[in-house]
Amino acid sequence: MQIKRMALGISIGLAATAAWGDDIEIKDPWVRGTVVGQQATGAFMELRSAAGATLIGASSPVAAITEVHEMKMDGTVMKMRAIPRLDLPAGQPVRLAPGGYHVMLIKLKQPLRKGDKVPLTLQFAGHDKKVSEIRVEVPVRDLAAGPVAEHSH
Amino acid sequence: MNLTENFSCRWLGMKTLVAWLLGFVVCMTACSPPVSFKSTDISGSDWGKDFKLLDHRGQSRQLADFKGRAVVVFFGYTQCPDICPTTLTVMREVMSRLGDSADRLQVLFVSLDPARDTPDVLAQYVAAFDPRFIGLRGDEAVTAATAKDFKVFYARQPGKSPDSYTIDHSTGSYVFDPQGRLRLLIRHGETPDNIVADLRQLLAGR
Repeated sequence: MQIKRMALGISIGLAATAAWGDDIEIKDPWVRGTVVGQQATGAFMELRSAAGATLIGASSPVAAITEVHEMKMDGTVMKMRAIPRLDLPAGQPVRLAPGGYHVMLIKLKQPLRKGDKVPLTLQFAGHDKKVSEIRVEVPVRDLAAGPVAEHSH
Repeated sequence: MNLTENFSCRWLGMKTLVAWLLGFVVCMTACSPPVSFKSTDISGSDWGKDFKLLDHRGQSRQLADFKGRAVVVFFGYTQCPDICPTTLTVMREVMSRLGDSADRLQVLFVSLDPARDTPDVLAQYVAAFDPRFIGLRGDEAVTAATAKDFKVFYARQPGKSPDSYTIDHSTGSYVFDPQGRLRLLIRHGETPDNIVADLRQLLAGR
């Protein structure tokens, strides 16, 4: 059995908003809260790889299925698709934010309440093709969290 | 003064009055600035005139129930991670900025996913944004007919399991004026300020 190389950034406690592997930085992760019966939601964050890497998967104990999704507008129609990989060009921050990419948590086992923390493991392939995993504790924001609160004057 | 002279004098006066009135009417319509909205003006459309759906409490609802209020209608589904909550968050902000006038606005969220958006899920979902918002749903056939009537596109995209599908869908919101006439299409991403400006015009009877 191949042992996956575990990166350093398992739940870094001193900076709640960021976690680092030896190459990858995960900044400001958050997941949108859900109400009882709602079976899916999205997780958002900013990823940066110094040397260049690819996000190849994600998993979380709170969801039966975890996928990386891309949201695109086709005219006025929103289209969402699972993508097999998300490239992180060297040194460039890649935002997973409403209106673009997100990690989709599907078939949730319980409602995610504001203030909870959700464990999320992200799998990356480095530029050297080595696979690493980073586990982050992702804070749950309000269902109604979004760009309005952040950008309003 | 003879009779003819008197008559022609009065006739002249009448003509002046009529001309003045006509001028006034023309001026009222032509001289006042034309109504312009930030959102797309779809006034006079011959579609999207009404709906008949169940609200999240199981009560039958149609447009006439909201007469006297502006109505914003958005079609989405609760498992949508992105567009739907963002749109409802913007509408929550709009309600807050409208202040007292928010009583004259009704926000309706029509589910495109009646199979998973049960009345309970819908009730909790819309209330998480604003307890005054109303969730609406129909069976699959009614949902499809309503979406078609409102020119809303939606299509299921299969997921890894039969019940983990996502839905591609149109992202605009429709606005009815307080007389129940379809007037505006708000583009996704429109700012709360622009939406409030448009709604204030509609609430002022424009």
